[in-house]
Amino acid sequence: MLESLIETKDLTISFGGHTAVDSVDVQVARNQFKSIIGPNGAGKTTFFNLLSGQLTPTKGQIFFKNQEITKHSPTERTRLGIGRSFQITNVFPNLTVLENVRLAVQSQAGTRFQMLSHFKKYKQFEEKAEEWLELVFLQGKKDIPAKNLAHGEKRKLEIAMLLALNTEVLLLDEPTAGMSLEEVPAILEIIRKIKLKGDRTIVLIEHKMDMIMDLSDSVMVLFNGRLLADGAPEQIMKNETVQSAYLGGLYDDSAVKA
Amino acid sequence: MKQLMGNRMNAVYLAVAIFLIILPFVYESRTLLILLTQVFIFAIFAMSYDILLGYTGIVSFGHAMFFGIGAYTVGVFMKRFEPTVPNLLLSILVTILLTALVSYVLGLLTLRLKSHFYAMLTMAVAGLFLVLAEKWRTVTYGNDGFTFRVPDMLKDRTDFYLICLVSMIAVFALLKRFTNSPLGRVLQAIRENEQRTESLGYSVLHYKVIASVVSGILAGMSGILYAISLRFVNTSVFTMDITLDALLMTIIGGVGTLVGAIIGAGLIEFAHHWLTELAKVHWIFERWIIFFGIIYILAVMFFPMGIVGTLRNIKFKGKKEKQQKAGEKIAS
Repeated sequence: MLESLIETKDLTISFGGHTAVDSVDVQVARNQFKSIIGPNGAGKTTFFNLLSGQLTPTKGQIFFKNQEITKHSPTERTRLGIGRSFQITNVFPNLTVLENVRLAVQSQAGTRFQMLSHFKKYKQFEEKAEEWLELVFLQGKKDIPAKNLAHGEKRKLEIAMLLALNTEVLLLDEPTAGMSLEEVPAILEIIRKIKLKGDRTIVLIEHKMDMIMDLSDSVMVLFNGRLLADGAPEQIMKNETVQSAYLGGLYDDSAVKA
Repeated sequence: MKQLMGNRMNAVYLAVAIFLIILPFVYESRTLLILLTQVFIFAIFAMSYDILLGYTGIVSFGHAMFFGIGAYTVGVFMKRFEPTVPNLLLSILVTILLTALVSYVLGLLTLRLKSHFYAMLTMAVAGLFLVLAEKWRTVTYGNDGFTFRVPDMLKDRTDFYLICLVSMIAVFALLKRFTNSPLGRVLQAIRENEQRTESLGYSVLHYKVIASVVSGILAGMSGILYAISLRFVNTSVFTMDITLDALLMTIIGGVGTLVGAIIGAGLIEFAHHWLTELAKVHWIFERWIIFFGIIYILAVMFFPMGIVGTLRNIKFKGKKEKQQKAGEKIAS
């Protein structure tokens, strides 16, 4: 049995009468790649928000390295080692691309309240930030404001910021959402690169089934807030409940989109 | 290229500073001197406000309270004790302590709130200070205020002009450093996207409180200078008008730029002066605040980025077009 890095116990959150996440017990092992799938409104992003601290559960607990973090703020969780990206692009629009990443590097280096020296004195931050930009193929755009990036580029920037935090856990919320088909392979390539390094634990929400199947070590399926299945990708593919609940839904979904 | 631009800007700042230092010795107009002194004082106040509004994205409607604390502290010290330099320094120290304390407590209690609730609360607290100044008659002499004497070295208008100018330059340099420090950069990140800053691992509240304390102390300093320039203080220093002045100056000059705050202060003070003089021509000019209201609305509608912001944008666009043209040439 692999050591579990993140563990949830009976994790539940309700908004009014609606239970968005319903008693989910899940474990994520260290350096594993876990995907979360499920139809729209299944509670995937809500589950993420609970893991990253944007929401506090109504019931249940979250453990990180066997330490309870249920009551920790997002800031504290990031410092402990849980970083996340957002489904809706969430960057600093009027700052340059480089500055976006540099801020993440600065946080990771723990330079937080230095107020009397010039930020340029910290050359190493900028160099590090440029390295991350290179990894996501954005080095040519470093001086333009983030709001002028194309959608796909913003997603890449988002990933670069997340990587720059150097957290053990990466929570990726639909990194390819809203992206054109040509842009998707580049993002996948980046994610594959991170996975191959083997020193990060990745949890990913994704709609595109085919994309995650060969990347994932395990897949969990959420449906109406409940954990429907959790296992190796092949098992999930064969699982009949999943097929009727999710795969059926997916085909409808793509039909509507087309 | 960027370095070169920075150097050129620094040269411009230096030239303007030298011009302003020499001015009182070559051009002897008492009115202009007093007016410029006022501009410098309000520039400090506007820059302190810009730290909140322009750099951290906090809207405060109670910034006058720090201005007023400074003004009253120096007034009371000079009135109650001998108007000597040590007493003046003591009053500066007390102002720093008071403004730091008030801004710290206020920030800690209220900066968790969403922006508009925070704005309302600061307005209410500033109102409390106004009432305090009105009712605590034994110290403040109520609504009418009081006059006081100042140390001899501050009596000469030219000397005081230079002191205010140097203070403004010092505050400008200090804040330039402050806003370009790693901490200042995080403040700008908070303005851009608070939630994202949090998830990068910065505890937003601490930063907001720091911004609020720095801004409060500097506003207190400008209040001290203001009271000394008038040698008089009354409850008007705590009124909404003072906050509105700062708001107008930063917005017209350009939010998020320190030079903008200075330009804005100059513009508003000069406009104020000229419009009041025009009152002889037509009575409407006595209600100059009406014009400010109109200017404010127009500025927000057409120049939301203020003078400096708009200029920068034009420059940036020009460069982009040049690049595009160059690109087309290569393509053809």
